Amino acid sequence: MHMADALISPAVAGTMYACSALTAAYSMKQARRDDNPRLAPTMGVMGAFVFAAQMINFTIPGTGSSGHLCGGMLLSGMLGPHAGFLTMIAILLIQCLIFADGGLLALGCNVWNMAAYGCFVGGLLIWRGVMRNGVSRKKILAASVLGSVVSLQLGAFSVTLETALSGVTELPFPVFLAAMLPIHLVIGLVEGLITAAVLTFVYEARPELLWTGETARLETESKRGLLSRKGALGALLAAAIVTAGGLSLLASAFPDGLEWSIQRLTGSTELEASGGAAALAERIQNATAVLPDYAFPGSGSALGTTVSGLAGGAIVIALCLAVGYLPRLFRHKNRSVTGLKP
Amino acid sequence: MSRLDGALREVHRMDELAAGDSFLHRVHPLWKLLLTLWYLVLTASFPRYALSGLLGMSLYWISGFSIADLSLREALARTRWILGALFLVGIANPLLDRVPVLTLAGVPVSGGMISLATLFVKGLFAALASYLLIATTTLEEICWAMRLLRIPKLPVTVTMLTYRYLVLLMQEARRMSLACGLRCPGEKGVPFSIWGAFAGQMLLRTMERGERVYESMTLRGFHGEFPPPSRGTVRGGFVWFVLWLCALAFVRAAPIFELAGRRLFG
Repeated sequence: MHMADALISPAVAGTMYACSALTAAYSMKQARRDDNPRLAPTMGVMGAFVFAAQMINFTIPGTGSSGHLCGGMLLSGMLGPHAGFLTMIAILLIQCLIFADGGLLALGCNVWNMAAYGCFVGGLLIWRGVMRNGVSRKKILAASVLGSVVSLQLGAFSVTLETALSGVTELPFPVFLAAMLPIHLVIGLVEGLITAAVLTFVYEARPELLWTGETARLETESKRGLLSRKGALGALLAAAIVTAGGLSLLASAFPDGLEWSIQRLTGSTELEASGGAAALAERIQNATAVLPDYAFPGSGSALGTTVSGLAGGAIVIALCLAVGYLPRLFRHKNRSVTGLKP
Repeated sequence: MSRLDGALREVHRMDELAAGDSFLHRVHPLWKLLLTLWYLVLTASFPRYALSGLLGMSLYWISGFSIADLSLREALARTRWILGALFLVGIANPLLDRVPVLTLAGVPVSGGMISLATLFVKGLFAALASYLLIATTTLEEICWAMRLLRIPKLPVTVTMLTYRYLVLLMQEARRMSLACGLRCPGEKGVPFSIWGAFAGQMLLRTMERGERVYESMTLRGFHGEFPPPSRGTVRGGFVWFVLWLCALAFVRAAPIFELAGRRLFG
């Protein structure tokens, strides 16, 4: 999945360098909280281990081919996502310089595609979430496979998106994506199984070496986060407004992946409805749709697209807040009924 | 294990090349790193049909290879995987972009063919420029240059340590792989039944060895900061850097090959 320099434009490379640098700065801040003088040598030795282990071929039964372990997930499982992310940067830098595996200009993209998803989605969200209430062999297997598959799918999606945004290939985005995702699904499964095998062995032999997020959780409880809850909500709201109001204007007029597939099959981007239920649903949709096709009825103006983006974003945020706060509301009520202090 | 052997050979070879003593080897690593990044940005910024302008960028690595006495054949051998990947991404260009944009000896050449060739040339030039950097600069020097650019100590130290442990662990992995291969003849790699035990054992051994190495380093006075590389830098390095900075910007702005062609052939 290593991207070469020729696949990206300077704008995409710069953006991804900035994203990766910000994530690295955040990771450094988190990793330094441990104040462990042995952290750097442990990260170094783990980086070298992942490097060496990725060069060993693991036979996949019944296929005649081989695979290797998933670095981001393994490092997150051993060092935690923040130290794991920084270690992955070192690995990718050495791979790029010494082995010409990935370009120096594309390093920001490769760090994002291969380290950020593996460590933060695979490690911080999936691994830590699964291990929250204790570690077991089954949990290690589930977290490793799920984490590897999800992070590789996201990585493959990002590679496709970055290549498409750089404008170096005539290959339509959906076709490219359709070629990338299935193969990375298989790779993710195999890498997840190998990673699970290694982490299970460590769990059996030296369980104290595994990172389960316990320390991180205690730290987050005792210290204030980077952003307060209001700050985080404000930032999300601002991002939603910019995305919905501004970037919706830049949305492609070409059919999306699903529409493209339908167009290939039927010659049109929309399917004709048939049957009573479909007709009834269409009538309800026509009556309730305020901004059909993301525009004011009867016009295709930019203002309509912006308003529809903002309105859609507001509805999604309202729904998310409702889903997030409703259970809490009921929980408070239950506590007050039983007389328990919150 | 052929991949491990190949990787070990590669590391030793790059160390050997970087230990050379040409003018380029003695230019300050910061100038070389910045110039390589400048070159990569300019190369990547060429539009998809600007093949003739892009060819002018070859002057940089041709002169570099000549000064540092590097083998182009050896460098090209390293780029075969990159070119393979670029071919897969760009293969659709000639099929989807069939509009002829020029005629070569009576044969029409489509835009897709030009954009595929541009993609190849970009990938090749970028790989050769990176090779020029690493073949004339040790990783310690690059890490030092990164520290001069105010990149924090932790990632730079981790990169250095990873590189130092790398050879040690690849040798360990090779020994284990060889032992496994001798006990499991006919297998293509490590058998499924011992995946966890094999890599897990290697991991535990690695961590123990890492602790021993770290304790030895601490006893010798290591406090997380590496000293600057001992190799002296040449005085004309900054002038070389500024001249190439301007020359590359000129080549990017003016298609020198095209201008020369017009001048010669009208």
